Amino acid sequence: MKEYRPRYVGTVTKYVFVESPDMTPSDLAIRAYEISLGVMIKETCFGLQITGNQEEVHQIVARLREFDPAHIFVKDRGFPPGDPRRCRANLGGARPGYYGHEFEISLIRYVSKGIEELPGRAPDQAVHPPRAAGLARLDAKKLQKIIESQES
Amino acid sequence: MAKVFIYPTTSLILSDLVARFGHQPLSAALQVREKIQTAGLESPPLQITPEDPKKGLKYAAVEVPSGVRGRMSLYGPMIEEAEAAVIIHDADFSFGCMGCARTNELIQFLLRKREIPILDIRYPRSDDEGVEFVAAIRKFLQDLPGGGA
Repeated sequence: MKEYRPRYVGTVTKYVFVESPDMTPSDLAIRAYEISLGVMIKETCFGLQITGNQEEVHQIVARLREFDPAHIFVKDRGFPPGDPRRCRANLGGARPGYYGHEFEISLIRYVSKGIEELPGRAPDQAVHPPRAAGLARLDAKKLQKIIESQES
Repeated sequence: MAKVFIYPTTSLILSDLVARFGHQPLSAALQVREKIQTAGLESPPLQITPEDPKKGLKYAAVEVPSGVRGRMSLYGPMIEEAEAAVIIHDADFSFGCMGCARTNELIQFLLRKREIPILDIRYPRSDDEGVEFVAAIRKFLQDLPGGGA
């Protein structure tokens, strides 16, 4: 086993996804570079990755969100951009985790709609969240009754 | 500000909404970041070392596969730390690093055992469901200690 020397210690990396009819990832990247404060910004096909100290990254993300609040989404990333263990340039295929993003991005327009509609909604209005349908498994008590009915 | 465990822990939508409404999302990225920013012996890709399945013994028995125990060494401390949880039930099986069904069951079991506030929900499939989805998450987060935005 080799010694492991981590890079970018003490930094945070955030993904910024943009799924907007009014803004492309390159538009967002240009605006991010303008306010970058020296942090590392990488433009991607879906948005940006921002790496730097926590406070600066937090400020930039807050500013970027203002451009299109309902269509810009942010999450943490464990690895810094270009890390050979995750970068597809080294792996020869989609980055692990890409499929999860791809799946959620396909649904994110509904979430954007929800965020847009939220201010017009009364705070005390009842909510009816989408619930998962119950599992189609046989209930244990019901199974026991069936067994008992057959035995008697 | 409450610490909210999100499931799937790699979810972009949940991570964003929890942070947007003023709370701290507990996602897999935080644990992975801590691992890969800690010096030690090289153990690619996630710096999971032979020590981690041992830490996972706190959450799963020794005969449970080491993959489950290794994963629990990441998720277990977050479950202990969590003050609330939002669970999406119809996440795809191949959802990022959450691809272990047994670990996923164990995570949900441990969350329920802690008796913290939990919101059970599924992904929206229409505009109307999207509105209700976001409204439900906002209401849930606003009712937590620390309020939310």
